[in-house]
Amino acid sequence: MRVNGKEVALSKNQKLVDFLEINQYDIRKIAIECNGEILPKSTYQEVILNNEDRLEIVRFVGGG
Amino acid sequence: MELIINGKKTELNCNTAFEVREQIGNLQDIIILNGFQIEENCKVKEKDSLAIIRKGVLPKRDELESMMMARHTPNVHKKLKKGKVAIAGLGGLGSNIAVMLARIGVGQLLLVDFDVVEPSNLNRQNYYISHLGMPKTEALKKQITEINPFIQVVVRKIKVTEENVKELFSGYDVICEAFDKPEMKSMLVNTALAELPDIKVVSASGMAGYDSGNLIRTVKVMKNLYICGDLENGAEVGRGLMAPRVQICAGHQANMILRLLLKIEEV
Repeated sequence: MRVNGKEVALSKNQKLVDFLEINQYDIRKIAIECNGEILPKSTYQEVILNNEDRLEIVRFVGGG
Repeated sequence: MELIINGKKTELNCNTAFEVREQIGNLQDIIILNGFQIEENCKVKEKDSLAIIRKGVLPKRDELESMMMARHTPNVHKKLKKGKVAIAGLGGLGSNIAVMLARIGVGQLLLVDFDVVEPSNLNRQNYYISHLGMPKTEALKKQITEINPFIQVVVRKIKVTEENVKELFSGYDVICEAFDKPEMKSMLVNTALAELPDIKVVSASGMAGYDSGNLIRTVKVMKNLYICGDLENGAEVGRGLMAPRVQICAGHQANMILRLLLKIEEV
């Protein structure tokens, strides 16, 4: 799988929410595009990742 | 020959810009020829656009617009005047971005914020002591009217939520995300990209402190999402928000919005 342009090895049938937790992403502060489409937060629980997926994960920090 | 002088088609028998000034105004008047202020004499040709501006004199409203337009590159201004930009959050980013977009002549601005101006805003936000206690939407609208009265400004004093994103922002070309809290940034970006598939979002992340200004950049991270900032330095205890980096970031956002209105999608 590719995440933000980098190759990432996946364990079999990994759930997106587990991947996010292992990599310390705070679900409340990110946006994810999967294969060119924005992924609604309501679907994070159901999504199972596979090796062909291309993810773009944006992490927002405070300030404005 | 036919020239456009202060916005009006004018028939004049002149070969140079200085000859035009001699006929229309005074020796001290400023000359703007096709969007550029000239100091040395230039030849003029058919259909050239000249603004002859007298210093220190308040022009009439129709003349004022053509004099302001004179400084914009001609074809660029037409496109910007048709532009519709929504700014969500009128803090350090949003207030400065709104003023920049007004200065370049973006035709329609929507300003959204629920808060009022308070003393802790003055370190980086585009407000004055005289605005304290006033809703940010009103304080900013007042300033924009003073900077460029030809801009249509719509204000909404409201908190943006998942439920009202579509209603608030549909019909705009670009949403400028200028919130402070990362949860709000994430909420707006996620909801807008999912519910408004044609809209572009220009967001910000990472501009606190006084690290190098060169670390702040614009990145196209998704099909319709651009992020400006250093992507790392969040505001936290011991690392506050300061005017220079906040304004550098605001400048990145405003410039990306300008590019998008001109149909340029590369950063």
